[in-house]
Amino acid sequence: MVYIPRTEQEKTEMLRVIGVKTFDDLLADVPEDLRLERELDLPPPLSEFEAKTALRNLASMSLDPDEWTCFLGGGAYDHYIPSIVDHISSRSEFYTAYTPYQPEVSQGTLQSIFEFQSLITRLTGMDISNASLYDGGTAIAEAVLMANAVNGRKHVIVSGCINPLRLAVLEAYLGSSGFKISVTGREGGATDPEEVRSLAGEDTCCVVLENPNFFGVVENGKPIGDIAQTSGALFIVSVDPISLGLLKPPSEYGADVVVGEGQSLGNSLSFGGACLGFIATRSQHIRRLPGRIVGRTVDADGNRCFCLTLQTREQHIRRERATSNICTNQALLALRATVYLCWLGKHGIAEVANLCLSKTVYAHRQLLDAGFSPRFTGPFFKEFTIKMPVDAATVVERLAGQRIAPGIPLGRFYENETETLLIAFTEKRTKAEIDELVLALKNAAGKGRGGS
Amino acid sequence: MRSRKTIFEESREGRRAYTLPSLDVPAASPDAVLPPGLIRREAPELPEVSEPDIARHFVNLSVLNHHVDRDLYPLGSCTMKYNPKVGEDVANLRGFSELHPLLPEGLVQGALRLTYELGRTLCEITGMDDVTMVPAAGAHGELTGMLLVRAYHEDRGSRRTKVLIPDSSHGTNPASVEIAGYEAVEIRSDSRGRIDADSLKSHLSEDVAAIMVTNPNTLGLFETEICKIAGLVHDAGGLVYMDGANMNALLGISRPGDFGIDIAHLNLHKTFSTPHGGGGPGSGPLVVKEELTPYLPVPVVGREGDTYRFVYDTPKSIGRIHTFYGNFSVLIKAYCYVLMCGAHGLREAAESAIINANYLLSKLRDGFMVPYDGVCKHEFVLSGKDKLKAGVRTADIAKRLMDYGFHPPTVYFPLIVEEALMIEPTETESRETLDRFAEALGRINAEIEADPEKVKGAPYSTPVRRVDEAMAARKIDVAE
Ligand SMILES: Cc1ncc(COP(=O)(O)O)c(C=O)c1O
Repeated sequence: MVYIPRTEQEKTEMLRVIGVKTFDDLLADVPEDLRLERELDLPPPLSEFEAKTALRNLASMSLDPDEWTCFLGGGAYDHYIPSIVDHISSRSEFYTAYTPYQPEVSQGTLQSIFEFQSLITRLTGMDISNASLYDGGTAIAEAVLMANAVNGRKHVIVSGCINPLRLAVLEAYLGSSGFKISVTGREGGATDPEEVRSLAGEDTCCVVLENPNFFGVVENGKPIGDIAQTSGALFIVSVDPISLGLLKPPSEYGADVVVGEGQSLGNSLSFGGACLGFIATRSQHIRRLPGRIVGRTVDADGNRCFCLTLQTREQHIRRERATSNICTNQALLALRATVYLCWLGKHGIAEVANLCLSKTVYAHRQLLDAGFSPRFTGPFFKEFTIKMPVDAATVVERLAGQRIAPGIPLGRFYENETETLLIAFTEKRTKAEIDELVLALKNAAGKGRGGS
Repeated sequence: MRSRKTIFEESREGRRAYTLPSLDVPAASPDAVLPPGLIRREAPELPEVSEPDIARHFVNLSVLNHHVDRDLYPLGSCTMKYNPKVGEDVANLRGFSELHPLLPEGLVQGALRLTYELGRTLCEITGMDDVTMVPAAGAHGELTGMLLVRAYHEDRGSRRTKVLIPDSSHGTNPASVEIAGYEAVEIRSDSRGRIDADSLKSHLSEDVAAIMVTNPNTLGLFETEICKIAGLVHDAGGLVYMDGANMNALLGISRPGDFGIDIAHLNLHKTFSTPHGGGGPGSGPLVVKEELTPYLPVPVVGREGDTYRFVYDTPKSIGRIHTFYGNFSVLIKAYCYVLMCGAHGLREAAESAIINANYLLSKLRDGFMVPYDGVCKHEFVLSGKDKLKAGVRTADIAKRLMDYGFHPPTVYFPLIVEEALMIEPTETESRETLDRFAEALGRINAEIEADPEKVKGAPYSTPVRRVDEAMAARKIDVAE
């Protein structure tokens, strides 16, 4: 095996040093009847060239990204990734290291995580952030578990407008631990504060809102945050970090915990993973925060440096009483997000958000002019819903011939939304692509009315 | 060494790195299209830096790290083996990296097929029937596994409350058990560092939902009575979960499915050579016996002829545990690794990992206490307890190793070994490297005798000197 630097002769010598005759002597503690007496049934080994070819073939079995235009969002977005991001994250100094347990030889990773944490607090307006979580869905679940650790309550109110996939993750995480989950309606495409008020009470652990929500609608968080506060519940807001270049940070409308999916910050779509969950909160909750946290300190010479801190919250010390079970997280994606946010800087984040907004507003207007109607009417940022005159999944199929993936048919999530299409626009989508989409949708919808 | 600036300290008003596509549609003014109360009034204080500033900053940070491509990284339990470069290249193929997760299945056949085939490969390697590739790391696999245990028992109308965990286990095990709503009950390892089947009996009852074993365990020892243990737990109506973080020792040698395991997670970022990324992403697929198949998280990847699809119609499923399908980019690298290894290469990896560990152990036995001696598997644990009399702790030895150019082993774990040093060389290290490492530890041993203060003051040659971790916890400064 090419990754094993050892010749047969070296093997013999090493076995001699160990003091055994054959390798099998080293299996003395493996009962003989548990030893596999055959080779594993796997295809013969490939050379690097052959393996690459095999993987290229697999990659080419999916759509060709050069030929297709994709308008899908729903929690994963096709933003531009600058070259510098790949170049920094492909340095083996970063990607072949592990969790920085030993700070003296891990300052590169530690400082970059510290900078990540700082960037997330600056974006969200919160005081502190951790080093990352698995993804935006598990981040919501972790935030709710954290809220429960803070106030001991078990009734969770969740906006019915949050991403249904993330809601499902939350339900799976909480399902076995005696939580009660109340999900509000989604009829209006935005969360109704009155409904939240009617559900909230002294047993309410937290209120979970997503902003912009799954339908792309920008929610008015303030009244909902106020209700959470009045009932002594924590207000958890899940955000698209790119939107914070333009939208009010959740800290300004009462959020206690801000979580989100950081894929859009310089990380590729990669079929939905690896993703990047983040979580930020107020200082007073730091001991309840899940996962790794990097802190600033000094070394023996008094020089400023960094290390993992408050590890007594974590599983390797606190075991079953840890704030979370997370160990390996999504560090390399956090590094990429860090580089990306530095690349954008203070003005770039606003500019990219404004580009998304302009393209989305333009597309919306064109679609309405073409005779389509919006499914929901609230304000939007980079994504919105349109009602198709026919089944939206059929429309998607019809556009395949033109190599356009026009959006996400929401019938797969909600029985009564089969005609709704969720369409997203990043700064990468051009006017020409949008015009083509509008025309294609018009044609496809027209066919439907013609009775096909 | 002078302190390094943060990127915020490098910020200069007016510098920038970004270029963005031109605005080819009419500009939408936020004030015109959004309610005024929802708009951000003060731009977030992100740094203002140029691209050269960014390149310098992060490259200069990177070189402060120890990493696998530089030298031995014998972090026990973490399997810091070499990460083949080709894995990075294939994961970046655009037909993988640019796939949106919610595209119609017909447009993502390559990704589905890769997921399916890697899953089948893992089943063959472990002797199990079915798999979910979704868990994003080992601990995520553990939690998923515990949710499966719960679903399995509830489906049979039984309400069990406890999960047994050996005291040598990794901290994620009890933490995962707790989130799944079970009580973690610790069982003591015997004098051989293993679970004693006879004393296990006293813990078994109708309350026990499962036992969570690690095999080889965190001492690097094979659980010799594993079949008997599994039999006893099964007889009591419980399930047997295996933490497969240490599977690197067993590839092609022994299969969990053949020694009574019902559910196990694997760590692709350990056994299957995918890089650790400075702390992630990893991947923690879960393999199960067919009795557990109905409960697997959605979606499961199924195959019909030459077509692959997501299967959602599994009414007994525990539901969804990740927004999408887990860390797909990691699966690509692991798949490439098994393609290149084949059956023979995988077995060779395990054999070499075991040979390297035993070789190093035999070189260190004279200078260090070995609390549970004998042949080890892929790793072994030393104790620095006898060095305490010279005032030197294991932490000091770890720090001193850095001056010799090595990353320290895992320290103070497993908890049952005082002053533990847990060493896992992996198969991708050469004999010369192992010799150098053993020699360094030998020299440190001599230093402990001759000049313990020197060891206690280490490290001296690292980018920063000994870091004051206590101060970091006292004076909390976690964001700038
Ligand atoms: C024995 C053992 N179990 C479980 C885990 C947890 O795996 P992960 O860090 O991938 O969540 C680890 C890893 O650190 C481990 O060493």
